[in-house]
This record gives sequence, C-alpha cells and structure tokens, in this order.
Amino acid sequence: MTVPLNQSLDQPPSPPLSAPLNISFDYTRSLGPVLSQFMTGLAERRILGSRSADGRVYVPPAEYDPVTFAPPAELVQVGPAGTVVTWSWQPEPREGQPLDRPFAWALIRLDGADTAMLHAVDAGAKALMRAGLRVTPRWADAPAGRINDLVCFDPARDDAGDAASAAAAGAAPVPALSDQPVTMITTPILLHYQHTASAEESRYLRALGQGKIVGQRCPSCDKVYVPPRGACPTCGVPTTTDVELPDSGIVTTFCVVNVPFQGQRVPAPYVAASVLLDGADIAFQHLILGCEPDQVRMGMRVRAVWKPPAEWGTTAENISHFEPTGEPDAPYESYAHHL
Amino acid sequence: MPEAAVIAFAEAPNLRRTDGTTNGVEMLVPIFREVFEQTGLTKSDIGFWCSGSSDYLAGRAFSFVSAVDAIGAFPPVMESHVEMDGAFALYEAWVKVLTGEAEIALAYGFGKSSAGDLRRVLALQLDPYVVAPLWPDSVSIAALQARLGLDENLWTKRAMAEVAVRSRAAAVSNARAQPASDELEVEELLSEPYVADPLHAHDCAPITDGAAVVVIAAADRARELCERPAWITGFEHRIDSGSLGARDLTRAPSATAAGVAAGAAAAGATVDVAELHAPFTHQELILRAALGLPDSVRISPSGGALAGNPMFAAGLARIGHAARQVMSGSASRALGHATSGPALQQNLVCVVEAH
Repeated sequence: MTVPLNQSLDQPPSPPLSAPLNISFDYTRSLGPVLSQFMTGLAERRILGSRSADGRVYVPPAEYDPVTFAPPAELVQVGPAGTVVTWSWQPEPREGQPLDRPFAWALIRLDGADTAMLHAVDAGAKALMRAGLRVTPRWADAPAGRINDLVCFDPARDDAGDAASAAAAGAAPVPALSDQPVTMITTPILLHYQHTASAEESRYLRALGQGKIVGQRCPSCDKVYVPPRGACPTCGVPTTTDVELPDSGIVTTFCVVNVPFQGQRVPAPYVAASVLLDGADIAFQHLILGCEPDQVRMGMRVRAVWKPPAEWGTTAENISHFEPTGEPDAPYESYAHHL
Repeated sequence: MPEAAVIAFAEAPNLRRTDGTTNGVEMLVPIFREVFEQTGLTKSDIGFWCSGSSDYLAGRAFSFVSAVDAIGAFPPVMESHVEMDGAFALYEAWVKVLTGEAEIALAYGFGKSSAGDLRRVLALQLDPYVVAPLWPDSVSIAALQARLGLDENLWTKRAMAEVAVRSRAAAVSNARAQPASDELEVEELLSEPYVADPLHAHDCAPITDGAAVVVIAAADRARELCERPAWITGFEHRIDSGSLGARDLTRAPSATAAGVAAGAAAAGATVDVAELHAPFTHQELILRAALGLPDSVRISPSGGALAGNPMFAAGLARIGHAARQVMSGSASRALGHATSGPALQQNLVCVVEAH
C-alpha cells in the first residue's frame, strides 16, 4: 500500500489506496480437427496450411474459409521458408513476446501459402529488415504442439531457405502425422495491474488500519453502507458522511462450509456468515469462530476479534473473525428486512 | 421517418490516468447527471440501460456489475452489457427502442485503460491459438498495417503526421480531450523517435481513462425532450476476418459495408461531419477511403481518438460527438464511427440527421 497507515482520518482527502495486482491463469483449449493437425505438425517441425476449394492456401490454416465458410478441402505442408510481407520494430520487447531483445514483428508468407502469418523475426538490427526479406523458422528444442514451437524466424543466410522449401514442397499432401495428435493447448496468461480502491473504500481501509470501522451514509436514502461505496446502489449517488460503527452486530444469515478448496485458510467445517454491524444497513461477509458450527444461528450477537495491532494494515484482514458475545439473540423482526 | 434519435451525450474528461477504480463509477455518476440535466429526465425515465466495458481492462471478473451502482438500480432496471465498445451497447439500445421495448434508452461505456499494460491486455483480443500466445502488442500490430500502406504508396508518413496535427488542434476546442495543441508542426513530429517503426508517438492514440454516455429516445419522446434531436437514419456494423494475414490490412471492407448499409455514402447525401474512431493516424486515412468521405467532410472536430481513446467508450463518444454536431445545429447530417478488434477488424457506422 502506498499511504502511511497512521494517517489521521481528519486530514484532507488522501489519494486512494492502490496496490499492484497480478493475475495469472491458464487457458486450456481444445483444438478441433484443423488446428489439431496444425499443432501436431508443429510438434513434428512441419508447418501445415489449409487449402480451400478455390486452391487458396491459408497459413495458419483456416478452420473455415473466410469467404465461403466451407471447411478446408485438405491440409498441405508449406514453407518452411517464407517472405516478409510487412514488419514493425519492437525496440523494447514485452513480457511473453518471442524474444527478449529488440526484434521485428512480421507478417510472413510461407512458401506455398497465399496468406501471411504473424511471428517474430530475429533480425538483430532494424536496418536489416525489409519487405521481401527471406526468412526461415527457428524451432524450439522440444516442440510440443503449440505456436511457440516456432521460436521465431531468422533472416535466411543464403539460398538455404529456398532449398528447404523446395524439398518440403514435394511433401504435399501431408505425410501421415503422428497417431497421437495434439488435441489441446494450454496458454498461460499473466497480467499486471495497479488496482485502486475507491475514495470511499480507502477511508474504510485506512480506518481499519487504526482499529476502527467506518461506514458512510447515503445522503439520499440515509442507509449506512459498510464498506462505503462510490455510489449508493439504490440511489446512484456517492455516499458522503462518515459513520463510525461498533465492531459488534448480529448474524443475519450464514452457511456451514464443509467443502475444502484451494487457498482455504480455516479447516472445514466452519461458518461463513452475513454480519450486520449495529447501526449499519448492509451486512458483510465474515467468519464466525469461537463456537461449534452447529451453534451458529440467525440473530446471534457477535463481536469482532481483531488481530494484534502490530499486525494491522489497511485491510479487512485486521479483523480475524467474529465470535459470539453470549448476549440474547436479536428478534427476527429486527433484521428480517436485511435478508 | 426515423423511429429514434439521440437526445443527449456526455463524456468524462479524457485523462492519461485517473485515481478512480476500474468499475467506472466515479466517471459515470457525473456524466449520468449531465445527460439528465440536458434532458430533464431522471433515472426512472430510462427504460433500458446498456453498457460496454471489459473485464480484461479492469483486471477483475464481472467489473460491469459494480458499475451498475452508478445507476442506482432500485427498483430493478432493465439492463444489459456488451464486452465491447459502448457504441455496440448503443446499437443494442437502439434495437430495444425500435422494437418498442423501451421508449428511452441509455448506453454507456467506460474504461480505465491505465490500470494495466494496455498494449499487452489488448493481445488477448487476438486469435487465442496461433497469435495471442506470442503476445503481439496492439501498437506493433497497427505498425504492421501502417507499413503496408507506406510500402504500397497508399499514404505517406507526412499524411499520417498531418492527421495528428489536425486532431490535436481540433482538440483545443474540446475541453475534455487530451492532449491538445494547435502548435504542432509536421516536420517536428516526423523528427521524433519511433515508438514502433514506422509509428511515432503522434501516430498512436494516447492511453486514456474515460467514459461516455448517450441517451436515445423513440420519435415522440425525442421531439418532446430535445429541441433538435439527432435522428438515427442508419446504424450498422460489420466484421472482417480475424486472421490478420488473410485480409488486406490496407483496406477496411467491413467499414465500407457498414457505411453503405447505413446510407453514409448515399448519392447526393454525403455527411457534413464524420467522427472517426481511428486509434492510429493511418487508420483515419483507411477509414476516410473506406467510407468514401470527400475532402469537404469535417473529420473528427472533437479531436477524435488521437485526442482521447478511452477503451470501450471512445467509439460511443464518436457517435455522441457526431450527434452533438446535429443537436447544436453545426451539421445537418453526421456520421459516428466505432471500431473494435485489431487493425480495424470490426466497424460500426451510425448516421444521424436533423429534420
């Protein structure tokens, strides 16, 4: 977090809290019949295109002809050499791109193809790039059936590319591919953001850093939101007036979590509940510990259990959980409209 | 007789970086208020709401749901969302009005483009099998397109720089545009370093946080609520192949097809103004050719996307600015254009007229 935790709430508005947010996940995709053959070919260091009924060869193969929408008549081997159709220079390669030094992006028409494919050319210097440049593929050491099996293309040093393509051209139609075709690809995604809390959320989080719970009142409907919001979801206007709330309230509704899942912090079974703080109009979700799950009930009075102040940050995690106070339950009528 | 018209438009300031959230609420609340003030409407008058935004841009799931807070959606409202520019949300809203399901509809788009690395985020709109795993960035792809036209002598770097100079100068009159300057010179721009050869910084739209809102109404309500409604006489969108190497990147057939279908280039009925959503200078040149716009047409008097390109809002803002030209009496026939996807893959044309 970018702002000191001990800042007084009475000071002029500070910039909203923000922090890096890194998101990573895998896309796992099935390939379908055409791309499956293309990827299987790559795993065997061969590049396949699709031939449409009109004879036009698409590389990468088209699952359906973009004009007639017909599936390809056949797959044919192309390249491996090709010619740069157009290019642009990438002076500062970005994360995930094929090369980590300056390189050219290019649309490359492989020998035998009618369309161009996008890839990187490791030209070394921008001055070497030009439309019409002959290039040959550089293969990964262990091709696995994905587009990245083509590490990049290199400028052809002599007529080696022509010779290689001439040899391959005789191979159409395609020699039989592996009887263990590549049918899936997994693409890792890693994205970086600077996530920003709203001004209202920032006040709430900074207050938590001082051991306080601060909600805000909607100027239009008088409801007290905790956490406060950039706009009252009922009225569409920002919440404005700070309201400090006690750390006690009631369980409006709850569930017993019995299912283990990745990242679970509390051993199941445990209770996740909607907790309505005294004086708030909106419940938020929290853990109920300090009693057996089967003792938790609607209307039960609870109080926050805070972590030691030395561990506090501008985070809702300062409250470890809620636990029963032992006070009499709230009558159903007092919270029915919050369900 | 057209059945629907634009009756109000507002856009948030186009800023390089805001300190707001990615759910757009901070940008949307003030501009909703603006269109309500323009029309005298309240939220309960809106029969249909439709938004355009992207979870990839926000870095969170269902980010558009948080944006609904800005509406104050109680009692519940009829609402929809497209993971596209708000211009396409406006298309859905227009269909709702034409089918009689709503009398008044509001479309909005928002994007905090600065939250992530925009050039990488946009790689995820590419073919997920054979292109996106290479992470080609949006500027590099546009640069491939620019060089094709340069090599084929379809345009020059000078013509591209002239687009930038005109756009930035036009933006001076739009208090919510960025960056604006009427002191740029072509020679100076051409001497600047490349961002992605052959593109200079001036060729590329600035990364922009922003939002836009457009209100449309069925004929009777439009006449009642707006002195000079911008009647929608054509609204079409088309798409080209997603395979970058399988289409002629120097042309935009989908823009031509959408323009023809929307009546933009009907004989004897050219437009006075065209607000083009061209995030790169050469793309404006492609669009002017694709839409058959003669030199007499005023291009993007708002400054266009080169003076503010909030993702998922800039296309809607182009339609809004085109409509504003008609509503203010500065034009009797105007065209608003929006694009989506890499290298002008998808194009939408909305023609608005005075009556």
